[in-house]
Amino acid sequence: MFKQTTAINKTNTLMKNYKVTDIKDTRSGFGDALLELGRKNLDTVALNADLTSSVKMQHFAREFPNRFFQSGIAEANMISVAAGLTIGGKIPFVGSFANFVTGRVFDQIRQSVAYSNKNVKICASHAGLTLGEDGASHQILEDIGLMKMLPNMVVINPCDYNQTKAATFAIADYEGPVYLRFGRPKVPNFTPLDEKFEIGKALMLNEGNDVTIFATGHLVWKAIEAGIMLAEKGISPEIINIHTIKPLDTDAVLKSVLKTGCVVTAEEHQMNGGLGDSIAQLLSRTMPAPVEMVAVKDHFGESGKPDELLKKFGLDSPDIANAAIKVMSRK
Amino acid sequence: MADYDYLRDVARQVRRDIIRMVHGAKSGHPGGSLGCADFLTALYFEVLEHDPATFSIDGKGQDIFILSNGHISPVFYSVLARSGYFDIAELGTFRKINSRLQGHPSTHENLPGVRVASGSLGQGLSVGIGAAQAKQLNEDDKLVYVLTGDGELEEGQIWEAAMYAAAHHVDNLIVTVDYNKKQIDGPLDEVMPLGDLRGKWESFDWIVLEMDGHNMEDVVGTLRKAKGLSGNGKPVIILMHTEMGFGVDFMMGTHEWHGVPPNDEEKEVALAQLQESLGDY
Repeated sequence: MFKQTTAINKTNTLMKNYKVTDIKDTRSGFGDALLELGRKNLDTVALNADLTSSVKMQHFAREFPNRFFQSGIAEANMISVAAGLTIGGKIPFVGSFANFVTGRVFDQIRQSVAYSNKNVKICASHAGLTLGEDGASHQILEDIGLMKMLPNMVVINPCDYNQTKAATFAIADYEGPVYLRFGRPKVPNFTPLDEKFEIGKALMLNEGNDVTIFATGHLVWKAIEAGIMLAEKGISPEIINIHTIKPLDTDAVLKSVLKTGCVVTAEEHQMNGGLGDSIAQLLSRTMPAPVEMVAVKDHFGESGKPDELLKKFGLDSPDIANAAIKVMSRK
Repeated sequence: MADYDYLRDVARQVRRDIIRMVHGAKSGHPGGSLGCADFLTALYFEVLEHDPATFSIDGKGQDIFILSNGHISPVFYSVLARSGYFDIAELGTFRKINSRLQGHPSTHENLPGVRVASGSLGQGLSVGIGAAQAKQLNEDDKLVYVLTGDGELEEGQIWEAAMYAAAHHVDNLIVTVDYNKKQIDGPLDEVMPLGDLRGKWESFDWIVLEMDGHNMEDVVGTLRKAKGLSGNGKPVIILMHTEMGFGVDFMMGTHEWHGVPPNDEEKEVALAQLQESLGDY
């Protein structure tokens, strides 16, 4: 059983060495990209519901006050106003905590945005357990499921600051509704600055033969840590970053599982309705293989520090490594 | 000077279309549709600055209309077809399989004239506000019109939108409320009283007008007055007094025809009260 929570990659041919350039929050990646977008494209507009600085939209708001719309604590109106802004050719970025721009306004998103196929970018911070001390009322773990069920909706969950920034640029160029999920804590930033973000294209982080770990969001780094632990034991892990949960890169998933024959999925979300659910659905229809899911198992979160919560709810790197050992035994 | 007799002829034909569409589909909402026939006719045939032939979702350089109470789609579709957005023959497909005329309006089938889906209530006002703000940013001096039901005002989102539009000075927006004082479960005052509706909107810092929704001269005159009040920093709302089912005697004075289609015999009785003017589809 793996117990340590951090691993240092000593030279090991089974696992690529990733360099952490700095420790930064994904929400800042979004905010910094939004400011640049505002400078580049005058059709970029932004809305927020009284959480402007928390979602890092204050830079845009300050520089473009005529293109920033403070909506007050009224998210339903904000979502539908954003849909209306697209009617005049604007590209609205709607920001709040993930809980308040998904569950609270599901019907507005469903009718005014997804069904109407409007070019609205729903940008959700503080997703998942790592929001931390505020507790379960704010720690939404159902948002990926809610959003991926909607036809027309693209669902993206980048892993670090650089990738969130790149994803923000990518969704601005994409025409159609998008759910972009990011978070509050400062986490290792390791995505190369020049790495292109392609919506719907999975990223190979480590090629291996024994087991595939599909991870998304903050748990991508945890999957890399797990990979180091596995490599130390002589196991060859394949690690793939699924930043786009919908549309799922089915080719990448199937190609990898054909090689490794077993799967671990890792995400900061309920097991029901998340990434693991999407991958299991694909595999059961096309290429049945054993799957272990590292996810929250039908529980609400609670107050605590982000790392304490990931540990308590079984989403830490040793949990991913242990799931890999377990799923390999089921091959 | 508007040709009011012509507008009344159009509205009568629209009412015939409503009865025939709802009868043909054996479902739909005739009550509110009949009640808004005069208003939508006046809007589309006299007030709106629009060009059906060059319809685009963006609507740049044109007035645009958002139907928030999507269940009165029969009157919306009829007026769109009669004003040239699509062939009137398509009205016969209303609510049928493979039709562009969905039970509630949708952009999914690319029906010209529809810019957003509606049906789930309370959202169209917010959408119209966003469309109006886009016009402001685009320095497009045309207007956005929105129609809502009165029961729809029970949705909390309406009051979020009311605050927002006033705060952001969305003054290129003219909202009309179909104030027939009835909803599905019964009279509005029994289901959920709205109280002093005029006072409520005034306290939200909107300009409030009222009109008789069945007096063509009053409808056109009030819409023009509203237009004259636009651009002054405040949104405008018109409380339009209507009667659900107006134009068909047995559908008036009750909420029973909110969402019930007439049978064959009732259809004939209704059509006998609505003389054909522009020719049936």
